[in-house]
Amino acid sequence: MTKTIKSKNSSVSEFEAVIGLEVHAELETKSKMFCACPVVDHNLVEPNTAVCPVCSGMPGVLPVVNQRAVEYALRVALALECEIAPVSIFARKNYFYPDLPKGYQISQYEQPLAVNGRLTILTSQGERHIPVRRVHLEEDTGKLTHVEGDEERYSLIDLNRAGIPLLEIVSEPELHSAEEVRAFAVALRSLLLYLGVNTGDMQKGVLRIEPNVSVRPAGSSEFGTRTEIKNLNSFRALEKSVGYEIQRQIKLNRQGKQVVQETMGWDEAVEETIPQRSKEEAHDYRYFPEPDLPPLVIEKGWIERVQSSLPELPLVKLRRFQEQYGLSAGDAGMLTANPAVADYFEGTANAATGLTAKSAANWITVEIFAFMNQAGVGIEDIEVEPQQLAALIKMVNNGEINQNTAKTVLVEMLQTGETAESIVEKRSLRQISDSGYIAELVKRVLEENPEQVATYLKGKQGLSGWFFGQVMRAAKGKADPQIVKQELERQLGEMDQ
Amino acid sequence: MTLTLEEVEHIAELARLKISPQEKNRYREQLSEILEYASRLGDVDTSGVNPTSSVLSDRNTLRGDEPRSGMGVKALLFNAPDVEKDQFRVPPVLE
Repeated sequence: MTKTIKSKNSSVSEFEAVIGLEVHAELETKSKMFCACPVVDHNLVEPNTAVCPVCSGMPGVLPVVNQRAVEYALRVALALECEIAPVSIFARKNYFYPDLPKGYQISQYEQPLAVNGRLTILTSQGERHIPVRRVHLEEDTGKLTHVEGDEERYSLIDLNRAGIPLLEIVSEPELHSAEEVRAFAVALRSLLLYLGVNTGDMQKGVLRIEPNVSVRPAGSSEFGTRTEIKNLNSFRALEKSVGYEIQRQIKLNRQGKQVVQETMGWDEAVEETIPQRSKEEAHDYRYFPEPDLPPLVIEKGWIERVQSSLPELPLVKLRRFQEQYGLSAGDAGMLTANPAVADYFEGTANAATGLTAKSAANWITVEIFAFMNQAGVGIEDIEVEPQQLAALIKMVNNGEINQNTAKTVLVEMLQTGETAESIVEKRSLRQISDSGYIAELVKRVLEENPEQVATYLKGKQGLSGWFFGQVMRAAKGKADPQIVKQELERQLGEMDQ
Repeated sequence: MTLTLEEVEHIAELARLKISPQEKNRYREQLSEILEYASRLGDVDTSGVNPTSSVLSDRNTLRGDEPRSGMGVKALLFNAPDVEKDQFRVPPVLE
């Protein structure tokens, strides 16, 4: 299949981008991959406090595989529709680097846990199935901190992260644009969240996505020289860096220059990829089967148990939300990206009768999301239960409070945890639907502003919004906006005759 | 089977070892002898034998996911040649 990509210079480019992704996801087990050290947040905990002779590479120790790590890996592999190897083997990947205490990383090489899967992505072009080449288990490395003083430069090593179970997921190079790369990352992150195996936090490095990018003449089946981009800590950085790298390589091609095979970093400030300064030498990992570990045997029964325990997956939920609740693809996508948000939505939509799912979706994706972003919290951290949000929406639907008042009430609910009912009572925010009273307010506003009325009657219809604002102010924002509008129209209409 | 000097240099580079020209020659001889000896395995007729990656039994030995506290930072860093802020201190990694 050939797809062309858009470039700045021409609507249809004569080049095609070819992108594959290598993803590393830490597995949220309680203990490490090959020893019982606790898995801790290495960004928060004191350095070197979750380390033992096994994960620090002391002599004479032996690794033992964490069963739950295998279970989590199976969940992901099955959700990606992979074939599970009945027997897979661990291998040593040898290289010397200070973050690797043993001098090798225990990984999988020739017989990985799972192969031949696929992930469905959604882009503006529609739906695509991206093949997944392999999924395998390995261990994370330690964390290096580089210190640059005036006089001296050195590095510090914290081994808390060393040995945390790591899942490597490799796609086939069948992505062709920055948008598709982002869509893959979004879909995979969602999947990991649903499976409860990873928090999806790219900022903290718990989920690391490394694209390798090359370009070739459109229609060619040969691959161009590829570069790899590392240290991307957000979807935005991922998408931007891939877009930049594609354009950079196309430009080199047009100039008849060679793309150099190298590892790139991403400079967030100038939004450019830059070659990493590290010495590039031929990788020579001298893989060989790990003599300290027996082959990993996955019996059919285990696969079946894991398969039957898989939750409803993101794409299935998205389709169901569209069908069951009549939501748009956009709303359904936003609500199903995170399983906690999806549960919250369903809790709200099903909490009360006479409440449309669409309105629940709106309140969550607009007001609740805005609050979460501002406060930097997840939906599981907010004070307002789905039932309480439903109660608020119901008050709007019943005409007890108007939309604007409801927004203010929700903010207070989110800040204090109080119910909508009690806030409305306490502040006497109940909507005024008494048309006689509203007619009085309208009359008073028109009498107090004869000049504006005259201008309006001369044909400046735009002033109706201003009158509306004045009436609402007189009503302290509590008047039913529909009735205010009708009443304004009626009284101004009468004057016009 | 004789290693070339370049191969010896490559191995030293991978192991981050700086070795003298004399050592290069000596290791070339010694490593070649070891490889020569091990290559005898190639004489064994293995036709009809499945590739074997492990001589351990084909039964899983898995560990429950029960965390236990580690060895403590003091013991961990006890033999470290250089320490700062409870971490190993090493020469700069980035060029």
